[in-house]
Amino acid sequence: MMGLDVTRVRAVVHKELLDYRRKRSIVVTMAILPAIFLIPPTLAVFLSPPTTSSDKYFGLPILLLLLIPVIMPSTLAAYSVVGEREQGTLEPLLTTPILRQEFIWGKGAAVMIPTVALSYTVFGLFLAVVRLFANSAVASGVFHQGPVLLTLVLFTPLLAGWAIVVGMAVSVRASEVRVAQQLGTLASFPPLGVVVLLGIGVIHTTFTVAVLFAIGLLVIDVQALRFVYRMFDRERLITGAKAGRS
Amino acid sequence: MTVPHQPADVGAGAGGSELEPDAPPPGTRGGTIADASALDGTKGQPALVVNHLTKRFGERTAFSEVSFEVAHREVFGFLGPNGAGKTTTVRTLGTLIAPTSGSATVAGIPLSPENGVEIRQRISVMPESPGLYLRLTVTENLEYFASLYGLRQAGMRIRDALEAVNLGDRAGDLCGGLSKGLRQRVGLARTMLSDPAIMFLDEPTSGLDPVAAREVHNLINGFRQRGVTIFLTTHRLEEAEKLCDRVAILNATLRTVGRPEDLREQLFTSALVVKTLVPVSDPDQLFTGIPAVEGWRSEAPGSYVLSVSDPRIAAPEVTRGLVSAGADVLSISEAQHSLEDVYLELIDDDIEARKK
Repeated sequence: MMGLDVTRVRAVVHKELLDYRRKRSIVVTMAILPAIFLIPPTLAVFLSPPTTSSDKYFGLPILLLLLIPVIMPSTLAAYSVVGEREQGTLEPLLTTPILRQEFIWGKGAAVMIPTVALSYTVFGLFLAVVRLFANSAVASGVFHQGPVLLTLVLFTPLLAGWAIVVGMAVSVRASEVRVAQQLGTLASFPPLGVVVLLGIGVIHTTFTVAVLFAIGLLVIDVQALRFVYRMFDRERLITGAKAGRS
Repeated sequence: MTVPHQPADVGAGAGGSELEPDAPPPGTRGGTIADASALDGTKGQPALVVNHLTKRFGERTAFSEVSFEVAHREVFGFLGPNGAGKTTTVRTLGTLIAPTSGSATVAGIPLSPENGVEIRQRISVMPESPGLYLRLTVTENLEYFASLYGLRQAGMRIRDALEAVNLGDRAGDLCGGLSKGLRQRVGLARTMLSDPAIMFLDEPTSGLDPVAAREVHNLINGFRQRGVTIFLTTHRLEEAEKLCDRVAILNATLRTVGRPEDLREQLFTSALVVKTLVPVSDPDQLFTGIPAVEGWRSEAPGSYVLSVSDPRIAAPEVTRGLVSAGADVLSISEAQHSLEDVYLELIDDDIEARKK
């Protein structure tokens, strides 16, 4: 991104991560949500008979792990702007030389980093548990689902990116944190439709399909990010009125 | 050591362009907090020039045709009742809001969407609420803002700023645990962190108890001694009178600008207040017979207010007249008008005008 000052982006990320760490509700949510989403695929693996056809049986439960990068960042992203406004920190922040792109990237990265890290940790944990404790035939079935695992890896940052961008878009316009978080969560779900179609086999998951859908998601994320840039108007954020000079 | 402000050739909008252009390169500001005189950068020019600035939100006019100048190192008070447009003016000059019409030069830079970043690099704004991150410590709050300004030697600057606001020993405290007065001091430390050419302080003592307010006054005086230009909005008139070199009174339009004492002279005729032990038997005959007295009225038995052109000439004549009339004089003093009198006179005029 042209003209971004990495120092300022890093400053926003650092401050956000510090802030998360000290807010108990965020830490608890970050710990509990992934654990909950780990249950369905784990049950699917351990309750399945050894002769199960892995292709049909494990696809959806494993892909449901993608709920983590969708749900976890949406509430944080939705808080990002309206939360600053509610606690009175937005105005001092906007009077600094920070650019809107730096603000958005900083806020976005601060949500993206823990989301992707936790999501991949949970995936790794799931695979480790399967490898160590599941019936060897079932484990082999899971590990032979290359396209599904690739989908998991590729879609995680892209779905998180979508959730973050729409969350911030809602946050820019919302006047209340709770409303922003509810709308942000709702708006983050549509891309999961693709995941479900892949999971239930309506679209057959192959490496090519996974990559093509990932590219599609990337394009959508970038366009959505540009849209958020346009929405981020200092005057509107402070006064609620659109900037205009007659 | 203080490094002068470095002009940047790029800027961003006050809510303008689709993508904000580049900011000045990071780390162009250096040194520690010191005498702001080195920061003027625009010698000979006022720190702030405002010409016919107007801001409307649809049909509602926040302020209209406002013009004034603020000199370097001046403490300029911006007074007005609630809703007069003070905060909107600060936000406009601070590049948060685009003006509807008119022009301004802030710290030597024309106020325009393209110059937003450059202006913000040279000024600092403390809104009415200091806006601190309550789960972060005092130092962490300041470090964050130091990074956003791209300040070098941030640690030293933060230490200096905290010393200046007498918070050196609270650096590690969470801001959420500080009293309102202490938070305000942290806000002021943050405001001075970047060695701004102009500090905009919006109601800095709002909601503070008298002791905390006095501490903030002392800090502002400290900034003045460092040579910082301060734009202070307030509706506490005694605060403006105590701190400001000049004041402007805004009530959607600018009602007046000047030194408090000049405003008093402009608005009020000089007067002597005479008090006698018992009422003078024929005051009209006595006072109209004194050439220096232009008019008189009695406020209470034995208390008279005399309109005079020059109190220094009138006072001895009045004294002689009273003595020769056999009056028992308790006191003769010059009537004092406060800035509050000036303010109320102007704002009352507006209220009367609106009624008509």
